[in-house]
Amino acid sequence: MQGKSIVITSGKGGVGKTTTTANIGAALALAGSKTCLIDADIGLRNLDVVLGLENRIVYDLVDVVEDRCRLEQALIRDKKTDNLHLLPAAQTRDKEAVNEEQINEVIEELREEMDYILVDSPAGIEQGFRNAIAGADRAIIIATPEVSAVRDADRIIGLLEAEGVNNPDLIINRIKKEMVDRGDMMDIDDMMEILAIDILGVVPEEEKIVVSTNRGEPIVHSNNSRAGQAFRNIARRLEGEELPLMKLEKDSFLSRFKKFVGLS
Amino acid sequence: MSILDKIMKFFSDEENEETGSKNIAKDRLQFILVQDRIKLTPDQMEDLKGELLEVMQKYIDVEDDRVDMEISREDERMAMVANFPLENKKD
Repeated sequence: MQGKSIVITSGKGGVGKTTTTANIGAALALAGSKTCLIDADIGLRNLDVVLGLENRIVYDLVDVVEDRCRLEQALIRDKKTDNLHLLPAAQTRDKEAVNEEQINEVIEELREEMDYILVDSPAGIEQGFRNAIAGADRAIIIATPEVSAVRDADRIIGLLEAEGVNNPDLIINRIKKEMVDRGDMMDIDDMMEILAIDILGVVPEEEKIVVSTNRGEPIVHSNNSRAGQAFRNIARRLEGEELPLMKLEKDSFLSRFKKFVGLS
Repeated sequence: MSILDKIMKFFSDEENEETGSKNIAKDRLQFILVQDRIKLTPDQMEDLKGELLEVMQKYIDVEDDRVDMEISREDERMAMVANFPLENKKD
């Protein structure tokens, strides 16, 4: 087996890298692929929390690269999906504790066992980012429809290409249909035009995401979430399926009222 | 405005004065990205434009108030496209 490695990155912080990594990973695993998530945000680990695995950590990535344990000992099996594994980041060390070569070795070893290795990149463009992209076959860039996030995404595209990670895909996160409709938020076409890259998926803003993070259960496990559906679709596209982008739906009082009186 | 419109406007969470701010976002982004991509300040960009124009004018007549320069990403390459409109000479 030769697993594929994918880095999930953004430049800007707080746009949803970790949530996206957890959800795409869980969706791939639910669909039957053996998947390992690597938290490359050393010093600020969070992927364990989003997955609800924070109490199961014994060893971490730094322990593995410094030979304090074997790789299998550090892998945590997800509580909801057997196919999903997490290699947590160290919380007490800093980004300089590992280098590109060491990450690459870990990924090479994981390729033998896994179908997919997803690397959750830290924000920024320093060592942590360089580590995260070191062993990547492809890259997914997360951006929200905001000037700052799109600007950083553009910078990241340039840096990825300079490192030989070509043709990154874009996920637009937290899009709000009602704002797009009134011309107050960039839409899918605007962002594609500005960044000139392919779109892998569009995830609507949803309150349920906060609830799912509170519980430590990725939203892809919920069947009545549009965001969950969007993440499942992204996983299917990664597997090579041609799937149209989901239609955005607004959920405001006005749209419910319009529906109720039969105007839309 | 019909009564229904008024009722819906009342319940709507939309702000009507500031519609279309996405176009401001797009314009600002395009300007910011040019600077990020070629790492030139707006002043340097103007200098570059001015010097290029001088060189062009040594050989051909260019309408100097309509020179346009932009950076675009095409596939994996970036390109600077400069547009020097030729002067319409009536002699």
